[in-house]
Formats: sequence, C-alpha cells, structure tokens
Amino acid sequence: MIDSLRRFFAGDLWWSFRSSPIVVLAAMTTVSMVFASVFANFVAPYDIFDLTQFNLMDGLKPPFWMERGEIGFLLGTDDQGRDVLSTILYGSRVSLTVGFFSVIFAMLIGIFVGLVAGYSGGWIDAVLMRIADVQLSFPAILIALLVDGIISGLLPDQAQGELAIYVLIAAISLSFWVQYARTVRSSTMVERTKEYVQAAQVIGLPKPLILFRHILPNVMGPVLVIATIQLALAIITEATLSFLGVGVPPTSPSLGTLIRVGNDYLFSGEWWITVFPGLALVILVLAVNILGDWLRDALNPKLR
Amino acid sequence: MLFFIGRRLYQAALVMLTVALVAFAMFQYVGDPVSNLAGQDTTVADRELLREALGLNDSVLEQFGRFIFNAVQGEFGQSYRMRVPVSDLIAERFPATLELSLVSALIALIVGIPMGVYTALRRNSWLARSFMTLSLIGISLPTFLIGIFLILFFGVILQWLPTFGRGQVVDLGWWTTGLLTASGWKSMIMPAITLAVFQMTLIVRLIRAEMLEVLRTDYIKFARARGLTERSISFSHALKNTLVPVITIIGLQIGSLIAFAIITESVFQWPGMGLLFIQAIGEVDIPIMSAYLLLIGFVFVLINLIVDILYFSIDPRLRVER
Amino acid sequence: MALLEVRDMQVEFPSRRGSVTAIRNVNFELASGEILGIVGESGAGKSTIANAILGLLEPPGIMPRGRVLLDGKPIENLPIEKMRQIRGKRIGMIFQDPLTSLNPLQTIEQQLVETIRIHLDLNEADARTRAINMLEQVGIPEPEVRIRHYPHQFSGGMRQRVVIALSLCAEPEVILADEPTTALDVSIQAQILDLMRRLVRETGVGMIIITHDMGVISETCDRVMVMYRGDVVETGPTRKILGNPDHPYTRSLISAVPRPDKRMDRFPLVEYIEEAQIAHRPLDIRTHWLGQSRDFGAANSEFLVSVRNLEMRFVTVRSLFRSKRRYLRAVDDVSFDIRKGEVFGLVGESGSGKSTVARMICGIYRPFAGQMIFDGTDLTSLKSLRQVNRHRRQMQMIFQDPFSSLNGRMRVADIVAEPIRFHRLAASNDEVKSIVADLLDHVGLGAAAGKKFPHEFSGGQRQRISIARALATRPRFLICDEPTSALDVSIQAQILNLLKDLQEELALTMLFISHDLPVIRQICDRVAVMRDGKLVEIADTETLFENPRTKYSKHLLDLMPRLGGT
Repeated sequence: MIDSLRRFFAGDLWWSFRSSPIVVLAAMTTVSMVFASVFANFVAPYDIFDLTQFNLMDGLKPPFWMERGEIGFLLGTDDQGRDVLSTILYGSRVSLTVGFFSVIFAMLIGIFVGLVAGYSGGWIDAVLMRIADVQLSFPAILIALLVDGIISGLLPDQAQGELAIYVLIAAISLSFWVQYARTVRSSTMVERTKEYVQAAQVIGLPKPLILFRHILPNVMGPVLVIATIQLALAIITEATLSFLGVGVPPTSPSLGTLIRVGNDYLFSGEWWITVFPGLALVILVLAVNILGDWLRDALNPKLR
Repeated sequence: MLFFIGRRLYQAALVMLTVALVAFAMFQYVGDPVSNLAGQDTTVADRELLREALGLNDSVLEQFGRFIFNAVQGEFGQSYRMRVPVSDLIAERFPATLELSLVSALIALIVGIPMGVYTALRRNSWLARSFMTLSLIGISLPTFLIGIFLILFFGVILQWLPTFGRGQVVDLGWWTTGLLTASGWKSMIMPAITLAVFQMTLIVRLIRAEMLEVLRTDYIKFARARGLTERSISFSHALKNTLVPVITIIGLQIGSLIAFAIITESVFQWPGMGLLFIQAIGEVDIPIMSAYLLLIGFVFVLINLIVDILYFSIDPRLRVER
Repeated sequence: MALLEVRDMQVEFPSRRGSVTAIRNVNFELASGEILGIVGESGAGKSTIANAILGLLEPPGIMPRGRVLLDGKPIENLPIEKMRQIRGKRIGMIFQDPLTSLNPLQTIEQQLVETIRIHLDLNEADARTRAINMLEQVGIPEPEVRIRHYPHQFSGGMRQRVVIALSLCAEPEVILADEPTTALDVSIQAQILDLMRRLVRETGVGMIIITHDMGVISETCDRVMVMYRGDVVETGPTRKILGNPDHPYTRSLISAVPRPDKRMDRFPLVEYIEEAQIAHRPLDIRTHWLGQSRDFGAANSEFLVSVRNLEMRFVTVRSLFRSKRRYLRAVDDVSFDIRKGEVFGLVGESGSGKSTVARMICGIYRPFAGQMIFDGTDLTSLKSLRQVNRHRRQMQMIFQDPFSSLNGRMRVADIVAEPIRFHRLAASNDEVKSIVADLLDHVGLGAAAGKKFPHEFSGGQRQRISIARALATRPRFLICDEPTSALDVSIQAQILNLLKDLQEELALTMLFISHDLPVIRQICDRVAVMRDGKLVEIADTETLFENPRTKYSKHLLDLMPRLGGT
C-alpha cells in the first residue's frame, strides 16, 4: 500500500498534476464544492428546508454590496426569502448526486456491454452495436428527455415528485452508456488480440476470468477519462432537464431548478436569483472539465 | 459505389425501423390513447367504438404496419391536447427550427474549423492557448445559461435585441421565413449564437485533436524530409487527412443541432418544433413526441447519407473493390 | 573533400529527470558513391543521427554541439527556409515503414510531381515525365499506369520502391536510409537492397544505411560505423569490422549473430553486454518441482504431438449466401509428427500460416478441419472442457512480442503464479510463492523480480518472465512462436541459450517457429517449411541446410544474408 503510494507520488501523473497550477486550482475547486455540498447542512448559513428559517418579508433582497442588501444574505434572497447562497449549496448537492450516480450506472452498463460485445464478436456484437448506433444518432439530451417523459408517463402523478431524482438518474445513465460501450468495445477488441490474452487462453482460463481479470484492468484508462468528462456533461444534462421543467421539482431544487425559477425574475431586475446559481454551475462544470482534459492528456502516451 | 450506397441505405432503413418501433411502442404502452382522446363523460360503449375505430383491437403487428404506413405518408394522428393533426402542427413549426439550425450550423462551421486548424498548427502560441481555454469554457457552459446571460446583457441591460420570438416573418405559402425581414434577423442573432457555441467548441477541439494526430504520422515526417513547404504540408497533406475522420462526427453534430434546438427554443420562446416537443413531454402528448422522434431520425439518416457520399469522394481507399 | 561530414555531434533530450544524451562525439564522413552503414542495437542512437543531420529531431531533442558539413559548408544552423531547400533536394531520406510513409489520400503522381516541382525548375508535364522515369528506375512495372494509383493499391515492397523514388526524384547527393528493409519480408528485402546498391552505382549518390541487421550491412555497405548506447565504438571497412573487429563490443555483437553455415552447441557468452553474466544453474529434474507428478500416461508412442490434415480458414468476404463467401486458407492440409524430446522447427515467410498452426495446436483457434493428437489422445474428439484442460496444461506457448505478452497491470509474481493457482498445482499459498521464486530464479531473473511490474523490465527480461510463466504448468510441450524476433541479437543469443538449457534438462518437446533460418539451424532437430498455408518440405535440419529438396527451400536458403561477404 505505502509502496504503491510512493510509486504514485514519484510517477509522471503526479508530476504533471503538480506542474500545472490551473489543474491544481480546478482540483481544489472541485473538492471544496463537493465538500461544501455534501456537508451543506453544516456549511450553509440557513437550512432551506426548514420553513422557520426564512421569511417572505426578506424576499428578493439583492446581494449584500448593493443597496437594500444585507450582510446576513451574502448573495441576496429569492422570492420566498430564502438565502441564495444556501440554496446554491443544497442545489449543488442534488446536481452532484444525480451527476455522480448517472455516471456510475452508465459506466457499469457501458463497460459490461462493451466487454461482452468486444470479446464475443459475431452477431452479439453486431446487435449491441446497432442499438448503440441508433441511440448515438440522437443527442443524449433528447434521449434523456424521452426516457424521462416515458417513465413519468408510466408513473402515477403523485409519485412523480418523490421519484424525480431516480427518474433523472435513470434517464441520464440510459442516454450516456453508449460512449463507454463503444470505447470499451474498441479497446477490448484491441486487447483481445494481444498476446497476454492468448497466454491466458493457453493456460486454460475460462472466458469470464480472462475478461474481468485480464482485459478489464487494461481498458479502464480511457473509461476513467470519459467518466470525468461525462460527469461534467451529466451535471449539465441534469441542469438542462431541470431547467426545461422535467427534472427535479422546486421542492428539492437542483442548480438547474434554481436557474429556472430565477429566470422568471430576470426581466424585473432580480438577476442574482439566476446568475449566482448559474455561475456556481459553470464553475463546477469547468473545474471538472479541466480535470478531465488534463487526465486525458496525461494518460495519453502519445503526447508525452 | 452502388454497392456502398446500397449498404448505407440498408443501414439507414434499419435505423428508421428501430426508431419507428420505439415511437410505436410509446403509442402502445405509454398512457391509453382512448382515455386521452375521449372526454370524461364518454360512455363505455362509445369508448369501445372509439377503440375499434382507432384499430386498437387489431393485432400488434397489424397496428405497427398501419403505423408505418401512415407515418410514411406523414400521418401521425391527432394531438391529444390540441385536437389538431400532428402533421399540421409540425409543418407550421418546422421552418422556424430549420432556419435556426442552419444559421447556427453555418456559424459553428465558419468559426470552428479555422480555429481548430489554427490551434493545431500553432499549438504553442498564446492565441491558440487562449482559443483552447475559451473552448473549455465553451463546453462547460450549458446552452440554456448562454441564452440567459445573452438575454440579460443584450436584452435586459442594453436592450439591443429582442428576447423572444421570431420577429416579423414572411409567409411564402408553404414556408414561413424570418430571413427576409430586419426584425427576423435581429431575433435570430441571440438564439443562433446560443445554439452554435457548444457545437463550435466541439468542432474546434475535434479538429485540433485529429490534426495533431495526423501531424505525428510518418507520411507527414516524410513530406517534411522531402523539403515540401510548411504551407503545403499543413493544408494539402495534413488538413485533408484530418477531414476524413472529422467529417463524420461533424455531420452527426450538425444533425443533432435540430434536437439541441429544444433548449434554445424554450429559452427564447422560439416557435419551433423543439418548443412543441417540450410542451408535449410536459403533457405526455404521445403523438407529437413520436412524430418528432421520427422526424429527427429521418433528418439524421439523411445527413448521414450525405456525409457518407462526401467521405467516399475524399477517401480513395473506399473506392476500390474489396 | 568529403560529401557529407559530421563533426563532434551531440544530441540531448531534456526531460524533467535531467537531460538524456542520445548520442555523443559522433564523427564520420561520407564520399560520393559510397554506402556507409550505421549499426547498433536498439537505443544505440542510430536514427537520431539521421534526424539531427536533417534538422528533424523530435521535440524536445536538441543538438547543443556538433557540425554538419555538406560539401564543406555548414548546414546545422541554417534558417528554416534554407534547411527546407536542402531536404529532398540535396539530402533525401528513406523511412522504415512503407505502409505509413505515403499520404493515403494522394496519388503517387501528385506526391512525386509536388516534390519534383518544389526542388527542380520544371513545368507540370516535364515533372510528370520525370516522375514516370523515376518509377521505371526503381523497378515499378507499367509506370504510366501505376503513377495514377493511390498508395493502398501497391504492395509493401512496391510502396518502398515508391518511397525510394520520392527520395531520389529531386536528384539529392546524399540519401539517409533508416532501417529501409526491416518491415519487409526476406525475399522483398533482398530486392530492395539490390535496388539501393544499383542506384548508388548509377547515380553516384552517397548513402547512409541505418540498421540493426548485420546481414544488411554485410550485403550492402562499404564502410561500417558501430554504435553502442550513443557512442561510436568503431568505424572501418565492412570486411575488417565483420571479420576482425577491434572493439570487444563489436566482437561480442558479431559472435551473437546466429551462423547460417554451421550448428553450434551454445552461443558464446558475450561479456560486453549487460544482463549477460547470468550463468545457468542446472537443476535435477528427478527431485525438482518441475519434474514432480508427471501425471501423464506412460510413453506409448514415438510421437508426442501429431497433426493430421489441419485446415484453417478466415472469412475475407462475408455474405449471407454460402456461395458468395470468400475464405483465405491460412492453413491448408498440414500434417506432421513431433517426436518426444525433439525440437521441431516451422519456418516460412510472413503470411505462410506458421503462427496459425501453433495457435490451433494450443487451442487459441479452433481448426476448420483436421485432427490434433497429443500423446495418443485426439484433442479434437474431446468433449468436456475439463478433459481438454488436462491436456492443455501440458502444452504452453512463448510469444513473439515481449511487450504485449505480459499483462501490464499484474505483478510478475502474480503472472507466474496464475497458472499454478488455476490448475491447483500447489498445496498452499506459501508453496505457490516458493515455486514462483524458484522459477524466476531459474530463468535468470532472481526471486526479487516478482514484486515488480512488467514495464520495469527490458525486452529480454520480459521474455524470461514469459518462459517462467510457461514453465509454471509443468508442461511437456513448449511452443515458441518467434520468441526472439523482437529482440536485439545479443539478447536473442541469451534467450536461445536459456531455451536450449531448459529443453535439455526438462526433456521438453518443442515446436519452434521462426522466419529466421540461421536461428532455426542453431536450435532445431527437424524442420518443416511452410508457404502460403501449405507444407513444402520436412527434413532433418542439417539435411535441409545442406541438401534442400524443393525449389522454395533452396530459394529461402539463398536469401539468407551471410556475414563476412559472399
């Protein structure tokens, strides 16, 4: 354990990380935003789910540096008098949860399908990849919208609000798995012909063991890169769906929902209700994207 | 050549069939068409009549056959909510979406391709680096936020541009266009830019990555060792080879613009198909959803076919009999 | 005055772990009409010299010291535009891999005409005429027709001719050829070397051939420069260097080259090269783990492995209709028997199907037709996987590419332990560990190697790990598929010695596959020659080399490069 840690810190990956200040900054931003939203209960100035903590009288207050602003509400308040900073922290929690689990599920589906398709070949591969092709013909956001629409249509109305987050996660992961499947499949097809796999065959190892013990670890590199970039995309997709009104309901708002709600006040001059959640979203996504970009270049042996 | 096109057509038909199957399944299993069409006070007997009239008592295969037969003729039934034929709704909304998508596709291509080539060729210059930073911000900006920020600055604060709708449109009988009036163009600016940004950044990054890959190949090194000019190496050797893989993906991206327009249209209240679709989802208006899906599938297949023919004319390796 | 002169050249590659000096103190000169060979093993810095001369060092490479004089004028610090006018016009270069050196989207004509017009003051039509003449000169039939073709319409050897035409088309005075024949088959290699010799004679250019292959040097070069780890070890006329070298490195290098004309018991141990001092410690098969429980039936026949009418097809054109499908017959009606305890060689050019045969025997491919009999049991008739595995365990394979044949994500100890654990050949985990340590020690790596990952080892060491893994199932039959063709000659000699030692002390039966006839002669008892999927000839090794029966075997033997001239 200590040995492999030492190896990591002496390695090229750590070095390329440390030598780029922007990447370090992005990592710090990501970590602190994740931390702040996971522990929103302790970090946020107010609990937005506690009705006693906000007051309609405080509604639509601007950020503290503006006229009428109060230091108690750093980034102002929304129409119901909720502190915008607190709603952002709680909202990021929803956004990150949805993003994170969607990526995990998409990854699991994609890796499994990709491994099976790439290793078996033949008609299994043909069928799986045709499905992937058809799905790839449509933008992920459209698939997510459709899946969301269909599931919501199947669910009874009263359950929709409670299950919204799960529906979202299902919709996003069902629209994202194709990327992993295609990448894993093509790497599997490359790995399958390599001699270490043939050596495992000669030893007599059964197929599942070869797939999971030998091939899987060797195709994980690109998967991790996609996962980081997809995390950013999943957060954006969640926000977009919520913005379009088919995501999480305003009762447990995500960043997208906050922006949607605030959008109505844009023309009457209360810009902070939209702009601050929007900025939080952009900063989060940008930080994750910078990490993904760096990881892709650092793991690409051709660029060294 | 014919064989190649034939195979592509076969694949396209397969895609369309799959999409039709999904659209049909939505009809069949999501919600009950009868209760959607019938009012609260319709009697059971009337419902059964309606069921028979809609052909819902026939076998699934028959229904699917009829569904496809109708779809080919542009018949998608009636909207559950609006009680008008879906085909009329689509025909009314289609021009708005197509014009918006075409204008932003042009923006994305005209700005994106040169930027991508530049960042690959001069990858260590400060301009290329700032392009790359910009493109990273570009892919991190959700489309709807770009729209909102644009509205805030140019619509609300500066009040230069209209924030919703198509402006004045000219009705040509079979087509309504906003491209013939000044207010139409003014209304187009913000939505088109909003829609173009994401595609543009993708194009920049894609072209850069592919071109860097090509610049590392042996034939580029050999061209350099033969003393060819940098200009010729960059443009007639590297760029053309870059385009081969890039063209497919760009084609797909442009195809997806029409679907991406959903977001832009709902931010700017642009009266296109996307807005129609998003409203349909909210109301579980299945006929509109499935018609939209089929239309998008068709556009995609069409673009793919065009891309394949382009591909064919660029890459000689495809032209030989294998 | 020399045509090209390199003085005191040094090239460095700065990196975060300090600067790596790729070459230092390189001095040589080249005259018109002369072929100078630069020879050395991988990492010796040979290719760097060519790139440095043309100013085409891969970043971050720099040349902090040294002069390059062309016709007495320095060219090492010219501005980019001036340097460009020298490339192709005065110094041409030939690359290693003809499959990737040509732009796939342009016809040969476009590429030739562009190169010609950039350097010579010719109009389109004259440039085209010149291009056709060039193609004719490098031996491309029907040049008027072929010039309109795209690169993918040419075979590998023809493409290399096109590459040569491209480097020569602007009449350069110097040609740098970087491993020009390494990617080609033996028979094509001989033709290309002939062509290059002829062109030097006809046009009077000076040529530098960079290669790792002593055979290529002895066939073509007038003078040789030997390099080792970035240093020039020795320079002199080819005959002198190959016949009576001064430097110990050159001596050990030449002694490691397998001799085609005589069989030797072992390769002489070469003292100059690292990794060479590993003395083999013999073991006693009667007491050692490797000899334990040879739980297979007693010898009841002369042969351990027999294949009968083996056939393998690969689909080349898929179709729903049986009649429209097209197959490539990779292996066609192949039958042979391997005696217990012998080393059976399988030789042929690339595409002859020899590796496919090996992969069918050990179960990676399923044969299309035919029988495989292992120690009296027909493997193709076995139904249950367990029965097959019982036999499978007794045969193991060593692969060609030391870099892809080990799973890079596993520690060496786990790689070697995997077959032992899977086949439950040891009673406890501790026993597994001690067996693995012993195996690693026995193949000359030392037990400590187990804790490391494959990428921490060199190509030769990785091949030793592969051998340890193959031994871990206690096999009786070992298939070696080009086990040394990816290695430098000095390492090859050690691995071949190790294989011979193991074969003798463990009484292994071996199938040894190679395209390299001298290696075959050194290691095999009997040899089968394959061509286009068919068996051409089977003979005792010495008989084959002294009296080949078939025309094809004779042809192959004629192509063998011989050291020390003809």
